[in-house]
Amino acid sequence: MNAFGQVLRAEFTKFRTVRGWVVAAVAAAGATILLGLLPGMQGSCGRNGPGSECAPTLGPGGEVVVDSFAFAHRPLTGDGSITVRVTSLTSRLLDPGPDGPPPDDGSPHEASAREAATPGASPRGSRPAVVPWSKAGLILKAGTAQSSSYAAVLVTGGHGVRMQYDYTHDRAGTPGTVSTDSPRWLRLTRTGDTVAGAESPDGTTWTTVGSVRLAGLPPTVEAGLFTTSPQHAERVGGSLGAGTTGGPTEATGTFDHLLVRDEARSAGAPGQVARPAWEGENVGMPGPAPQVPGGDLERAGGVFTVTGSGDIAPAVAGAAGIGVSLARTLAGTFVMLLVVTVVSTGFITAEYRCGLIRTTLTASPRRGRLLAAKAVVVGAVAFVTGLVAAAVAVVLGQRVLRGNGVYVHPATTPTELRVIVGTAALLAVAAVLALGLGTLLRRGVTAVATAVAVIVLPYLLAMTVLPDGAARWLLRVSPAAAFALQQTATQYPQVANLYTPANGYFPLAPWAGFGVLAGWAALALGTAAVLLRRRSA
Amino acid sequence: MRSALHAEWTKLRTSPGTLGLALAVIVSTVGSSAAVAAATGCAPGGCGQDLTRLSLTGVQVGQAVVAVLAVLVIGDEYSTGMVRVTLTALPRRTTVLAAKAVVVAGVVAVTAVPAVLGSLTVGWFILPGHEVVPRAAVGSVLYLVLIGLLGLGTATAARNPAAASGIVLGLLYVFPIIAQVVTDPGWRRHLQQAGPMSAGLAVQATGDVDAVPIGPWQGLGVLTLWALAALLTGGLLLARHDA
Repeated sequence: MNAFGQVLRAEFTKFRTVRGWVVAAVAAAGATILLGLLPGMQGSCGRNGPGSECAPTLGPGGEVVVDSFAFAHRPLTGDGSITVRVTSLTSRLLDPGPDGPPPDDGSPHEASAREAATPGASPRGSRPAVVPWSKAGLILKAGTAQSSSYAAVLVTGGHGVRMQYDYTHDRAGTPGTVSTDSPRWLRLTRTGDTVAGAESPDGTTWTTVGSVRLAGLPPTVEAGLFTTSPQHAERVGGSLGAGTTGGPTEATGTFDHLLVRDEARSAGAPGQVARPAWEGENVGMPGPAPQVPGGDLERAGGVFTVTGSGDIAPAVAGAAGIGVSLARTLAGTFVMLLVVTVVSTGFITAEYRCGLIRTTLTASPRRGRLLAAKAVVVGAVAFVTGLVAAAVAVVLGQRVLRGNGVYVHPATTPTELRVIVGTAALLAVAAVLALGLGTLLRRGVTAVATAVAVIVLPYLLAMTVLPDGAARWLLRVSPAAAFALQQTATQYPQVANLYTPANGYFPLAPWAGFGVLAGWAALALGTAAVLLRRRSA
Repeated sequence: MRSALHAEWTKLRTSPGTLGLALAVIVSTVGSSAAVAAATGCAPGGCGQDLTRLSLTGVQVGQAVVAVLAVLVIGDEYSTGMVRVTLTALPRRTTVLAAKAVVVAGVVAVTAVPAVLGSLTVGWFILPGHEVVPRAAVGSVLYLVLIGLLGLGTATAARNPAAASGIVLGLLYVFPIIAQVVTDPGWRRHLQQAGPMSAGLAVQATGDVDAVPIGPWQGLGVLTLWALAALLTGGLLLARHDA
């Protein structure tokens, strides 16, 4: 056996024969698993008989989407175009009462929202509000089934004119809000597989917002007017008792000057074929139907309104979205991090405390090698226990959550692997950082407190008390940045949500966050190696 | 008791780390309060946050140093074997622990006053225009004193300073994170009411007191129970066990 192997073996023996450390490591892994399985969350998926299962709605790109809106539509065969003028878009917040609409999924935020809303004693009903991503406009959709392919040109409550298609794509048009003084003309034109969206301030000069190719669009599509308005969410408190509040919103769009040009029909005998009937429908919306005009809207030629609630967008986890992300099952990582930090610091400070370090350095005079062996031992122990705990928590935790009727956003297998291995790596590198700090400071209690303050505290502060800006800054520079490895949710600019760390959205990319922690660990271990060589033990 | 107090005060005063740790309490508290206040960056008086509480965020960092200071008061004696000399000189062990508790409480109180006042002043300069509630200031000082006693009790029970500081910091920081994770509102509330840090810091709330899981003074009461339990356990083990 070579020299390094011998030192390694000696260090591992030291670790495994201290009963407190082994017990602490096993107990921490157990606690992590337990917190992942803790059935502290209840949902309504599958609880209200058949039909209430929260089956994921997958869009054309394979991502989970929400697709619910009020739709006044008629079939459109072949090429054609539809034009309308939007004169207003207003939104209201709907106060969910105890007998109000049931939560989609029993997500925690809804529960806390209700709790936070109760003492406020707000009047039942609704109040006007600006919902930035409320939408009204034209849509051309493969069918009225949810999650089918579409292209839409629309006005929003606060983001101007947009062209959106197939849920995840969003292009900006002219900014500004719509009103009777400054109405917006919108037009969608289909030519084969291509759909072009255009806008105009007056109905004569048109600007193209976007032109997209929707592969596999059927010959006959449903074209018409739609209105929808997403969940709103805001943060209340901002301190230890912090929570989020939110609820459904509803938007009303006012339209006139509706005109449909149907190439297939005009090519035939005009006037011979009856114009297709308009139908009103609420796509993917439960509950009482908002007003959607039916009948012959083109002949009516007048002004009509469409009122709807929901969203046509990728689904997000968190306050304004539905369900939770995978990271929820790994909430117990924090406990392991704390234990790993304390044990790894103690792995070297205990030697200083009882003078064993002099024996160790006599037996293995090459100090750099000794430190490396210690780092390998604590890192490997943390990695293995972390890997087991994370794997069990993720795999079983998802089952428990789903069994409780909570909607968990599906993640691909590579993402799941990244989360599990990443959590183990995070613990391993944190252990090395703690070891470095222990070697630098030598005195057990000071080292433990410093390591906890450097490694554990930033995460805690960012998750619980800090306002969003400060929390994001802390999660960029502190070792807690590595928790970005647990992020599975995607952030979409066109979906309003609380993209806060507490909801599982981190400011850095997963491996970039890990890099920050690795940098801290390398710095601590490097300095420790230099000082260990220079100082007398 | 008087001579015990005098002895403990002399030990603490002449121990090399004490002054540095006391300064560290002040610097870390005021510094992190200032950093948080600066990073908040909201319109003066109008960001919908409890600004008094925000400017006292540093207490959550400073308490770690307070805990370390308290742990060292007895932990170091166990490390060096000094505890045997102490107990030979003063065989009544409860008196020793009581004297240590008084000295720790006094030193922490003297350190906490400038730390809390400094935080509030800095917070007031960065985010001017909010009302400073005296209860939050007095409560924060008392909170730190109780954290000190909790640390002393735990260290007496655990006898190993590193393990003791790990336990105290774990007690403080694990409850809020678990409460963050537990999503059942009832359970979350109970955890926040039971945790030494989340309950004790309720005393800092000034705005919407109803939104806080526990009343300000009741919360401090919960922390007092934790500190008493730690001191009693420590005292019992000290009286029964071989040092």
